[in-house]
Amino acid sequence: MRERQASQGARRAREFEAFVAGAAGRLLHAATLLTAEPRNANPRARRLLVQALAHTYASWDRLRGEDPYDCARQQLAVRFARSAWHQYGSFGRPRPSPDHVLARLTPQQRLIVVLRLYEGVAEEQTAALLGLPAERVRTICARSMATLLHPPRGPAPAVVEVAPS
Amino acid sequence: MNVHDREAAVRRMLEQAPPTVPSDLHADVVRRGGRMLRRRTAARRLMWLVLFAAAVAFTVWAATARPWVEPPSQTTPPLTGW
Repeated sequence: MRERQASQGARRAREFEAFVAGAAGRLLHAATLLTAEPRNANPRARRLLVQALAHTYASWDRLRGEDPYDCARQQLAVRFARSAWHQYGSFGRPRPSPDHVLARLTPQQRLIVVLRLYEGVAEEQTAALLGLPAERVRTICARSMATLLHPPRGPAPAVVEVAPS
Repeated sequence: MNVHDREAAVRRMLEQAPPTVPSDLHADVVRRGGRMLRRRTAARRLMWLVLFAAAVAFTVWAATARPWVEPPSQTTPPLTGW
């Protein structure tokens, strides 16, 4: 019995390590896009990623055929939305680095753009995850795309940061 | 420029310059996740323990106090001497 448990634990650890090795790069890129930090100075994105993956590790046995990547991505999005909500309006709010691709977008717009376009999550799923109507997600996505493709003139961080709901 | 071209252009913007993954990420995740698991196990155990203690306490109280037995009447004086 104990041996079987030990071998199961070892198999689980191996599976999880393979999952992290495969998924960490893409998830870290997504997290860095969310926090709009520079490419190799991304402490917030790393912290988010470690929290999301740790949650996936803790619920690894209860996934039951569900995609662990989905679970980690959902955790990442939910944790980012929550942290952006808590930091809304506070003095020490993290500012995106001005030369980042997504620096002109608000946290909510970044979240929707990353989920819809970088991760390719369907509109309805994104809406359900964020608790917004699907039309609103479509509108925000279209507006963010317009901002990205035709950037307005002037300094970048002039955007008022609105926390995602 | 239709919607698909615009989406593709934005995707290309997003795909560039992926960050490097730190090498100690897996160890860090396993440490945090393991702590989370242990904490959950401890919480579950504590919950069962409290539940069990409550059940035992209720049983002991019920056995001693016998709340289902009708209490002796307080209004009628006992009939004696007839």
